[in-house]
Amino acid sequence: MTLALYVARQSAVHRMPAGAKLLALALLAVVLFAVPTLPVAAAGLLGVLAVGLGAARLPVASLARQARTVRWWLAGLFVFHALFSDLPTAAVTVLRLLALVLAAAVVTATTRVTEMVAVIEWLCAPLRVFGVRPARIGLVIAMALRFIPVLAERADRIREAQAARGGSARGLRGVRTTVTPLLVQLLQMAHTISEALDARGADDEPPARGRRSPVTAA
Amino acid sequence: MRFRRSDPEPEAVADPTRGIELRGVSHRYDDRPVLADLDLHLTEPRIGIVGANGSGKSTFARLLNGLVVPTDGRVLVDGLDTRTSVRAVRRRVGFVFQDPDAQIVHPTVAEDAAYGLENQGVPAPERAVRVTEALARYGLDGHADHPAHLLSGGQKQLLAIAGVLVMRPARVVFDEPTTLLDLINARRIVRIIDDLEQQVVVVTHQLDLLAAFDRVLVIDGGRVVEDAAPRPAIAAYRALMEGR
Repeated sequence: MTLALYVARQSAVHRMPAGAKLLALALLAVVLFAVPTLPVAAAGLLGVLAVGLGAARLPVASLARQARTVRWWLAGLFVFHALFSDLPTAAVTVLRLLALVLAAAVVTATTRVTEMVAVIEWLCAPLRVFGVRPARIGLVIAMALRFIPVLAERADRIREAQAARGGSARGLRGVRTTVTPLLVQLLQMAHTISEALDARGADDEPPARGRRSPVTAA
Repeated sequence: MRFRRSDPEPEAVADPTRGIELRGVSHRYDDRPVLADLDLHLTEPRIGIVGANGSGKSTFARLLNGLVVPTDGRVLVDGLDTRTSVRAVRRRVGFVFQDPDAQIVHPTVAEDAAYGLENQGVPAPERAVRVTEALARYGLDGHADHPAHLLSGGQKQLLAIAGVLVMRPARVVFDEPTTLLDLINARRIVRIIDDLEQQVVVVTHQLDLLAAFDRVLVIDGGRVVEDAAPRPAIAAYRALMEGR
C-alpha cells in the first residue's frame, strides 16, 4: 500500500508552487462544470494528459493507476446517463470527471507532501487568532500519510499471525481478534511516536517560521 | 513550582565539559519503582548500558534527554536541568529509538530527515544541504524522494539515525539500535556508532558491540549493580543472568 504518489522529475510543473497548481485544479473544475460540452470536456482531458505526460514527464502507469481506480464508477455513470439522459451527456460526464481525477493525480505526483502541507498551513493561518497552530495541522496531515501504510502493514501482520495459528480474520470474531491487538499496538506506537516527536524538537516553536519550503536533496 | 512544556524556558548556559550528571535520581511509574538512587557522572565518549528486560535501562536512557523527568533527583546535561531546560537538553542529546517505524514521521525520506531541522528553525537552503549530506553519509542519497515505508528495516534505521544526527547533537543516546536488524545491518549500525564524534550512550543486548567502549553500566532492578570497563562489567552481567 502506498500513499506517497510523488514522482521525482525535473520539470516546470514540478517547480510550480503548490498553491498555483491547486488553484489551476480548482479553475479547471469550475470551467469543466460551468461549460458542460463535449469539446470542453475533451479539451480538458487532453490538456491534462499533455501537462502530465508531456510537460511533467510522468510515467503513463502513474496516471493509468489512478484512472483504473475509478473505472467502474465512471462506467456506472456512463451507463446511468446513457439510459436516463443521452449519450453526449454520458460522454461529457465521464470525460470531465476523468479529466479532474487525472488532474488531481498530476498535482499530487508533481508536488511533495511538504509543499502541499505548506499550502494547508497557509490556508489555516487565520486560525491562529483562535489559538490554533497551523504547523500542527500540517504535521498531523503528513503523519496521517506516513502512518496509514504502517497501520495497514501491522494489521496484515496480525492477520498473518492468526492465520499461522489456524485462525481466521472473517466474521465478528475475526474483527475482534484483529482490532483488539491492533488497537493495543497502535496505543503503544502512539506513545513512542510522541516521544520521538519530543526528542526531535516538536515542542520547539521555530523563530518566525513562515511558509515551509519544500525539502529536497540539494 | 512545576515547569510546563508551554512555558518559556529560563535562560541557561551549557557547559560542555560537565557531561551528564544524575544526582539522587529515582523514578517510578505510578506506584511502581523503576529506577532508584542513581548518582552518576557520565563523561566518557562511549558508554554502554546492559540489563535484563524490564530492568529500567530504557527509562534510564530516556532520562538523559528529558523524555522522562525523574520523580526524584535531578539530571543535568552540560549543566542544564532536564526538568527546566528540556528543549535545550534535547537539542544537545539526540535519541535513536529501537523501532524506526515509530520515529519516522514524514512520508518521504528527505522530508523526514529535515523534520528536526525545521523544528530548530534552520533556514531552508541550509536544511537542504544538511539533509543531502546526511542522506549521502548513510547511503540513502538515492532514496530522498522515496516513501519511507517502502525502505528496508536497515534503511529505516539508517534514516532514523540520519534524522537525529542531521540536528548535530553533542551527545547521542541509542535505545537498542540493532535489536530489529539482521547481522549485516547490525554491523553497519555498529560501524556508524563507532565513527561518531559525539558522546554516545547505547542501551543494548548485543554485548560484542560494547567491547571497545569506555564504560559499561549493568542495570538490574532499577539500580546500577556494576559500573566498570566492558570486560569486567559484561562478565558481571553474564554471572548475574546465569544465576537466575
